[in-house]
Amino acid sequence: MVLPSLKLQDLIEQIRGAKTQAQEREVIQKECAHIRASFRDGDPLHRHRQLAKLLYVHMLGYPAHFGQMECLKLIASTRFTDKRVGYLGAMLLLDERQDAHLLITNSIKNDMSQGVPAVQGLALCTLSTMGSAEMCRDLASEVEKLLLQPSPYVRKKAVLTAVHMIRKVPELSSIFLPPCTQLLRERHHGILLGTVTLITELCERSPAALKHFRKMVPQLVQILRTLVTTGYSKEHSISGISDPFLQVQILRLLRILGRNHDESSDAMNDLLAQVATNTDTSRNAGNAVLFETVMTIMDIRSAAGLRVLAVNILGRFLLNSDKNIRYVALTSLLRLVQSDHSAVQRHRPTVVECLQEPDASLSRRALELSLALVNSSNVRAMMQELQTFLSSCPPDLRADCASGILLAAERFAPNKRWHIDTILRVLTMAGIYVRDDAVANLIQLIGGAQELHAYSVRRLYSALAEDISQQPTVQVATWCIGEYGDLLWEGSCEESEPLQVEEEEVLTLLERVLQSHLSLPATRGYALTALMKLSTRLRGDNNRIRQVVSVYGSCLDVELQQRAVEYNALFRKYDHMRAAILEKMPVVEPSGPQADEEAKESGEAVPSPSEPQASKLMDLLDLLDGSSGEAQQLPPMAPSPEDSLVHLLDLPCDPPAPAPIPNLRVFEREGLQINLSFVRPPETPSLLLITVTATNTSGGDVTHFICQAAVPKSFQLQLQPPSGDTVPAQGGLPMTQLLRILNPNKAPLRLKLRLTYTHFGQSVQEIFEVNNLPVETWQ
Amino acid sequence: MQFMLLFSRQGKLRLQKWYVPLSDKEKKKITRELVQTVLARKPKMCSFLEWRDLKIVYKRYASLYFCCAIEDQDNELITLEIIHRYVELLDKYFGSVCELDIIFNFEKAYFILDEFLLGGEVQETSKKNVLKAIEQADLLQEVTLRHA
Repeated sequence: MVLPSLKLQDLIEQIRGAKTQAQEREVIQKECAHIRASFRDGDPLHRHRQLAKLLYVHMLGYPAHFGQMECLKLIASTRFTDKRVGYLGAMLLLDERQDAHLLITNSIKNDMSQGVPAVQGLALCTLSTMGSAEMCRDLASEVEKLLLQPSPYVRKKAVLTAVHMIRKVPELSSIFLPPCTQLLRERHHGILLGTVTLITELCERSPAALKHFRKMVPQLVQILRTLVTTGYSKEHSISGISDPFLQVQILRLLRILGRNHDESSDAMNDLLAQVATNTDTSRNAGNAVLFETVMTIMDIRSAAGLRVLAVNILGRFLLNSDKNIRYVALTSLLRLVQSDHSAVQRHRPTVVECLQEPDASLSRRALELSLALVNSSNVRAMMQELQTFLSSCPPDLRADCASGILLAAERFAPNKRWHIDTILRVLTMAGIYVRDDAVANLIQLIGGAQELHAYSVRRLYSALAEDISQQPTVQVATWCIGEYGDLLWEGSCEESEPLQVEEEEVLTLLERVLQSHLSLPATRGYALTALMKLSTRLRGDNNRIRQVVSVYGSCLDVELQQRAVEYNALFRKYDHMRAAILEKMPVVEPSGPQADEEAKESGEAVPSPSEPQASKLMDLLDLLDGSSGEAQQLPPMAPSPEDSLVHLLDLPCDPPAPAPIPNLRVFEREGLQINLSFVRPPETPSLLLITVTATNTSGGDVTHFICQAAVPKSFQLQLQPPSGDTVPAQGGLPMTQLLRILNPNKAPLRLKLRLTYTHFGQSVQEIFEVNNLPVETWQ
Repeated sequence: MQFMLLFSRQGKLRLQKWYVPLSDKEKKKITRELVQTVLARKPKMCSFLEWRDLKIVYKRYASLYFCCAIEDQDNELITLEIIHRYVELLDKYFGSVCELDIIFNFEKAYFILDEFLLGGEVQETSKKNVLKAIEQADLLQEVTLRHA
């Protein structure tokens, strides 16, 4: 005997009445047992009720796969109730991952071809919800037939089912493209809407379809125009807008058709202008249509005036009281800021106001847009706003805001002092959120701005005195004080208020940083090194510093201990070298690779002192941090292996001589002298510039003077045009010519010169190799 | 549209319509995470948010959240209209609809949705036509039941 099972309503009541999860589970398990039993041998007339219960339970998250077969049985039944629930079950329980889903293909086929529209509707609905690629292939022709059915109810569903089929099986486009022309003439809004959706789908997938449907632009324009201009039909209107769903869909299709196509864009220009200006914006429906219009205008080849109108509409949206509208405006403006920068710039003040939005998704958008709008003319004002925002914005936006500000500052800083100030302010406000290289960048910036050293050290000192907790600021400040501490107590700085600082105060501050538990190990390293550097900058004696350094010789932190020990050694054994080692760093050029390396070293946790003078000291510094300090000279390099040289003699290599390269007289004959002078620009080590100077002390002019040069194969030679081809007599203006030689392999330089000229009425040709080329020309 | 979810303020699912094929496990995961995200939103916040690579449009009506996931190129504002139209349809059908109606008549809620949207797209923009279709189907159901 089958126990009476609950009605759906009662089951729901019972589940809702359950006080605990366990109770609920009990009720459901009991009922599922009933359902299973009923599926097995219960009355088929009640099967739909059992499935309905199962579907409810499924929505609560309980397993229901044993109902899949029941769905099939119900779908196959002739009763409408059964089909209705069965198809619902199929959509909820079956999907293309289960093999069982193919079994309903036949039922769907049958139901589509029998005549009751409601049943056909169910079949089409299910097919368009869960139809797999195989099912779509099997049923394509059936759906195609239904496109011609008399009942608009069925046709509108068939059209959208076709959309789904094309998404699953793009090849089916060929079947569904032809009927579109006819369907576009329909009056039924549902069918029209479905057709526009179908055409959109076809055009997005195939350029051929796109070309084909461009011919329909006039027709689409007409449909939209009719919608917009004729009085509204109560049936399809929302807040006075005629069928906004259909309008939006048509506008979207027009966007795709007009994109990159002048003719189509022209055809829709007037209508877009009309919709943009006449749509009532008091309610969301109107704004939805307006929004789609703006998107279309910006995406097609529209007239400039229309584009400006569109951007202005977005600007108006920004002022709308509805925050949803403001959100879409910010999102769209962000998309347009690259292509229509000046138009968007006009709305900058409004965008900046949106930074104050309490809603985080809006303020985030406003931040992105604001950063994109910064340029050299508004940078000061914008940075002001952005920094105000930074001080009050929610934490998850701080990092983006800080990096954004620093990047914009780097790109558009009007001067170095402003740049330094800005970075400093950002570090103070949001130090923990900035990227790791911000400290290095600031140090490099300060180092490179010699005129601002005094200003920087004063500002940083004040900042540090106020607050020693913000690590990036502390790191930069201690580095700065170490380097330029002497500027604190000597001299004054016009750019900031007079600051009377005693040496003892500075030392106290640095010691505080060193001892503070707020300081990171890296920061303490900075502080210790800074103290050490100050030992050469103090006017008084070093005892205090010596004390600190010796105390830290037994510090538990290995890094600090090592430094302290080495600094101690500097005091005791190498005191005579201390001044040189702890000299100020040279001004760093940000462009050169060597400078970059220096900057990196100074930015790392371990800024190293400069100018090791002896090899013993080199070892000392190696121990410090692995980098060998900032040697002003590179250690002598062994000459590179000889290349195969063209027609030139072997020459011995001179040992390297550290001096500017001396000039070389290479030729003299009858008063004509040729001198070579050499320059090796420091930024490009492989480049050698040779200036050939020809002077004439004789009584006769040298004319038609041509100088040619040859170098080994591994070199690149470039001859600049000479200053002239005449070397006037009696020591007149010399002729000069520049030779550029690139020697990437640092191979020994060999140079052959060929001179041709006329002197005293005679043609002269001389070919010779330049001897005694100084080795600095190529090492 | 990729999917639509209806859930209560306690996070209980009242309707789920999926227009993309996903496993049960994935559906559960998405539902759980999205419900959490939406419920965490404060009342004054805007109806749109970005979640994974989808745009989410949601609106609260009394104790029920209506939540749709749309694609990048879809219009958020018209999606709000879609949600509103669905609520209006439910309201007309049930007569001043409340959450309990949707709980006890969940199949009806699905049937109504299926007359308004198909395959994730709007199929019928006339309220009258949608309600008429439901009426006729209900009638058909009654007829067959009576004869059973």
